[in-house]
Amino acid sequence: MSETKKLDGRKIVSEIFNAPWLLTVLAVVASFIFGGILIAASNANVQASAGYFFARPGDLLAAIWNAVSGGYEAMFRGAIWNYRADNLLSQIKPITETLAFATPITLAGLGLAVAFRSGLFNIGAKGQIIFGAMLAGWVGINVDLPFWIHFPVAVLAGVAGGALFGALVGFLKATTGANEVILTIMFNYVAELTLTYVLKTPILQAPGAVNPVSAAVRDTAKFPAFSDQIRVHTGFLLMLGCVVFVWWLLNRSTLGFQFRALGHNPSAAKTAGINIGLTYVLVMAVSGALSGIAGATQVLGTEKFLTTGVAASFGFDAITVALLGRNKPWSVLAAGVLFGALRAGAVTMQANQNVPIDIVLVVQSMIVLFIAAPPLVRAMFFLPKQKGVAA
Amino acid sequence: MNTSSVFKGLALAAAASLTLAGCSAAPATPTVTPIDYKACMVSDSGGFKDASFNEEAYNGLKEAEATLGVQIATVESPNSATQTDYVSGVNSMIDEGCNLIINVGFNLAVATRDAAKAHPDVNFALIDSALSNDDYSPLSLDNVKPIQYDTAQAAFLAGYLAAATTKTGKVATYGGMLFPSVTIFMSGFKQGVEYYNTAKGKKVVVLGANGDDSSKWAATGDFNDQAKGKTLTEQFFAQGADIVLPVAGPVGIGSGQATLDKTGTLVVGVDSDWYNLPAHAAYKANILTSIEKKMAKAVLEVIKSGVDKTFTGGDANQYVGTLDNGGVMIADQHDVVYPTGIQAELDDLKAKIISGEIKVASQYSK
Repeated sequence: MSETKKLDGRKIVSEIFNAPWLLTVLAVVASFIFGGILIAASNANVQASAGYFFARPGDLLAAIWNAVSGGYEAMFRGAIWNYRADNLLSQIKPITETLAFATPITLAGLGLAVAFRSGLFNIGAKGQIIFGAMLAGWVGINVDLPFWIHFPVAVLAGVAGGALFGALVGFLKATTGANEVILTIMFNYVAELTLTYVLKTPILQAPGAVNPVSAAVRDTAKFPAFSDQIRVHTGFLLMLGCVVFVWWLLNRSTLGFQFRALGHNPSAAKTAGINIGLTYVLVMAVSGALSGIAGATQVLGTEKFLTTGVAASFGFDAITVALLGRNKPWSVLAAGVLFGALRAGAVTMQANQNVPIDIVLVVQSMIVLFIAAPPLVRAMFFLPKQKGVAA
Repeated sequence: MNTSSVFKGLALAAAASLTLAGCSAAPATPTVTPIDYKACMVSDSGGFKDASFNEEAYNGLKEAEATLGVQIATVESPNSATQTDYVSGVNSMIDEGCNLIINVGFNLAVATRDAAKAHPDVNFALIDSALSNDDYSPLSLDNVKPIQYDTAQAAFLAGYLAAATTKTGKVATYGGMLFPSVTIFMSGFKQGVEYYNTAKGKKVVVLGANGDDSSKWAATGDFNDQAKGKTLTEQFFAQGADIVLPVAGPVGIGSGQATLDKTGTLVVGVDSDWYNLPAHAAYKANILTSIEKKMAKAVLEVIKSGVDKTFTGGDANQYVGTLDNGGVMIADQHDVVYPTGIQAELDDLKAKIISGEIKVASQYSK
């Protein structure tokens, strides 16, 4: 067996080319190429020098080189390693910013991966993040307890908020057969408007505040910080723990087996004796709980108070992250870090190179597009067609 | 860095320049001498091309670049931005070595406060908000200048004008989200209509701002979705209103579009004179007036003070735009025909507001 593998080089090469991870990497590379074209095309110097291309062609080429290399160099400095800074803390700050953004995106992405693997298309990460953040925030702001009780209770409140809001969707699907896509989309609006409401009434609005913002979370409920100079906090470690947990849940546990059985074929799962209705509820509860933790890490760790923007676009980024990670926990983590890096790097690209923030959105969207169309990526990189397996 | 992106970029740009026939002359050297002062700006979500709030502030920055020769850098916060984005935007500006950072919108208040505390050598200006501590007690920092606007005064004039102009006896208003910097427009507008009613014995109704509790007034829920603005405006028109004041940044474009579908309907612009902005060109004949917040002017002034080393921060030195100092105003008449004699009445009202004879209630006049 090993002998044939060693000898059949072509087979090995073809296996590599057919591996999904290579396509994923190529999709990301292709997106960055298109991003580069857009950076050049949207650059003012490029546009200006294109106007007199024949008078001084060197200007255009130089402008394009400066725009694209400068843009991606700024992204690197903003997202990974700032080699221009003069002390170690400033140098590593970009990667900590990336991880600060990656924490909620990955957590919500993990939640969606659990649902997607179980055949439930949960679009409601946004609502589940909001409910998690709202409950965690309420406990963090209004309850007076010592740290070692207050902090876990606040985090658990976030878990419960997301889990209950998710489980409600599972319950409605199990009992009434309502479509979870429509339910979760509509529940996003419910969550968003509930949040705005509670932030404009004394339930959560800070006393004396005129704008819809809550008071600050008490110190006893905050995620312990690594350093007050950087924003990534111990919620990041909790996120890593959740990655391991989801890996164990999906691949090693009985419950995870039931989840996956449901995802593969609900009728077969039912025949095999799995309680479909209960499993729907449990899938959505676990999925919502992970998004709820995302909300808790935001309000108890990164932002330290609650605003209407707490969920940002994390709920929808999470869909892309789960898709990019092919619903596998460790790949979701990698995808989450990539998206965190894009979001952190985008700021420096703008500040330093004047690259519009929309470029990053385009890069993200192109990644999805390429992943959804593997034959397109194969054609672009002149890879052989995949044999035997439907794309 | 991947080199293939560069090559593809080259090919595209070369092709583009061929079709554009790039034969014009190379540019001359710039006229203003660049100076060693960096003024920077962070937008709220909506971005600098929102044809409204952020753009008006951005124009001030561009003007400073053109007339004072300062270096500039900008960051646009993404749509549906979170505090994490605001903090990272402001911090990246500090990393860029900015001397003055202008933050547009109350959403950036906390990010401004924390950055200003950590970097006392950098000056900040914050538009539409003052600072506060975590418990919402007011906070004044010597390196932060709040720039606020008593927009109610100008909105009052627009409300009076709308009440005089309406044919149906109904006008309408709505916000993006009902923040104080938004409801101050609606409240001033409403007070202007009510003043007209009292003065002339009329009963012009304001839809969308029923009752005194501004948290129950009409709103679309965000500052991005123009379709919602259009739908809401169509509903107001269906209820008989013929003039609408959208206080929702780019969402107001939806209201402008709605005026094209129903003849005789008008829209009131906000933040800058919409008549002059390309984004509103399609319906500029239907713009009754605009309630202007002259942010560009204040931004330019604060940058100038930074360059001259006369920058003053703290609440005692905050800038509040009023009719008196020209920080707020209503736009000049354009295409819409006003009722006869109204301009004289508006001038008279303006003088009375400035003198204090008429009190327009707002958070700045209590």
